[in-house]
Amino acid sequence: MALDVPAALSRLAIRLAGEGARVEGAQRLTGGASMETWAFDICAPKGRQALILRRRAGAFDPDNSRSTSLAAEAALIRAVGARGAPAPVLVHLCEEADGLGEAHVTRRVGGETLGRKIVGDPRFDAVRPRLARQCGEILAQIHATPPPPEARLKTADAAVELDRYEEAYRASGAERPVLELAFRHLRTHAPEPRAAVLLHGDFRNGNLMIDPQAGVAAVLDWELSHLGDPAEDLGWICVNSWRFGRPDRPVGGFGGYNELLAGYRDAGGEAIPLSRVRYWQALGSLKWGVMCLMMYASWATGAEASVERPMIGRRVSETEIDLLNLLEAGL
Amino acid sequence: MITHPKPEELAEAVARWIEQIRPELAPRNAFLARVAINALAAVGRELAQGEAAKAAAVDRISGLLGHGGTYEGLTWELCEALRSGTLDAQTPGLLAALRANVLDQLAIDQPSYRHEGNI
Repeated sequence: MALDVPAALSRLAIRLAGEGARVEGAQRLTGGASMETWAFDICAPKGRQALILRRRAGAFDPDNSRSTSLAAEAALIRAVGARGAPAPVLVHLCEEADGLGEAHVTRRVGGETLGRKIVGDPRFDAVRPRLARQCGEILAQIHATPPPPEARLKTADAAVELDRYEEAYRASGAERPVLELAFRHLRTHAPEPRAAVLLHGDFRNGNLMIDPQAGVAAVLDWELSHLGDPAEDLGWICVNSWRFGRPDRPVGGFGGYNELLAGYRDAGGEAIPLSRVRYWQALGSLKWGVMCLMMYASWATGAEASVERPMIGRRVSETEIDLLNLLEAGL
Repeated sequence: MITHPKPEELAEAVARWIEQIRPELAPRNAFLARVAINALAAVGRELAQGEAAKAAAVDRISGLLGHGGTYEGLTWELCEALRSGTLDAQTPGLLAALRANVLDQLAIDQPSYRHEGNI
């Protein structure tokens, strides 16, 4: 039976804010199969707090999952927050007694996460030209953060990522010449390995809370965090699939490569050549192409019933044209 | 194939009906209804353009491999050649042929997709 989350939140409110505290406006925000996000307010005699609950609805297998545990995510957002990166502020890591399963509570940050609005809505016209530089600065802060040992993050370089996604591609049974070409090309053109740093792992337009005045107010969704090449994070936000119709603005559809790299350097990051970012951008398009095949597969096998899943399978061709554009440009 | 109605007209009729009832739906279902309309539009485009796209792809892959065959057989052989490195990004005509095939597929899947090649 599904957990009654609003009832559990009401009990949590008393634990966190004392007798007389109550919950208002509890509302589920996302419909992910494994992870739930809820917005809610705690109203207590000493004031009102706007909060977010993230909880795992299904079972978690730390050895086989790509995702970190929510306890690891809590350790991560505390660690990067201490370095000045805008992560959500942790309020509570849930315990057994909270009855919410694996979950944590953070302060709710206002702003917009929908990529298309950030890229096109006039409300963001003023702040948009500053976002790419801010992203570079924030990534430098994240990459300089010592990885919290309790998060027990995995390490993945380009070869590990290529192995993982090629295995998934082969298992899908699909035959896509452009993906074959990209796997081989990216294997033979991999950059020199380097010391691994803490990565966000899913740093893209869509996981950034953007305030129309201040810009990047919070970096969300840390569950794919791992250790690896810093250019992986820089390349991922440049993948054309998250430029929302603005391929002329390579960084998230809002800014340019130079601003991203300058922000990174000015905040203490190393000088990263654009070619290394473009390599990881291509690997990012390839990964997204394989993820689209996997989402189709999750429908084809009956694991997921949503009409969204097979339709995402038709997004593989977008990653193929993006890969061809990169290959024709010599990456 | 019968023409009264054509299969793409059936898909269009269903899409129009979903569009009519969409305003009555709760937000999540309204979103999924939009996805469903897009899926039916892709079916319509594939019915209209798929056969010509497939024939053109067969011609292009035949040109790369130096012999003819079925779409499935040629695609499998091309994948094997790219996997083993017999053909690669340096092979004359390879990227151009793949681009033409992918653009035909994109015209069916997501005709409004904007990428670095059409800025």
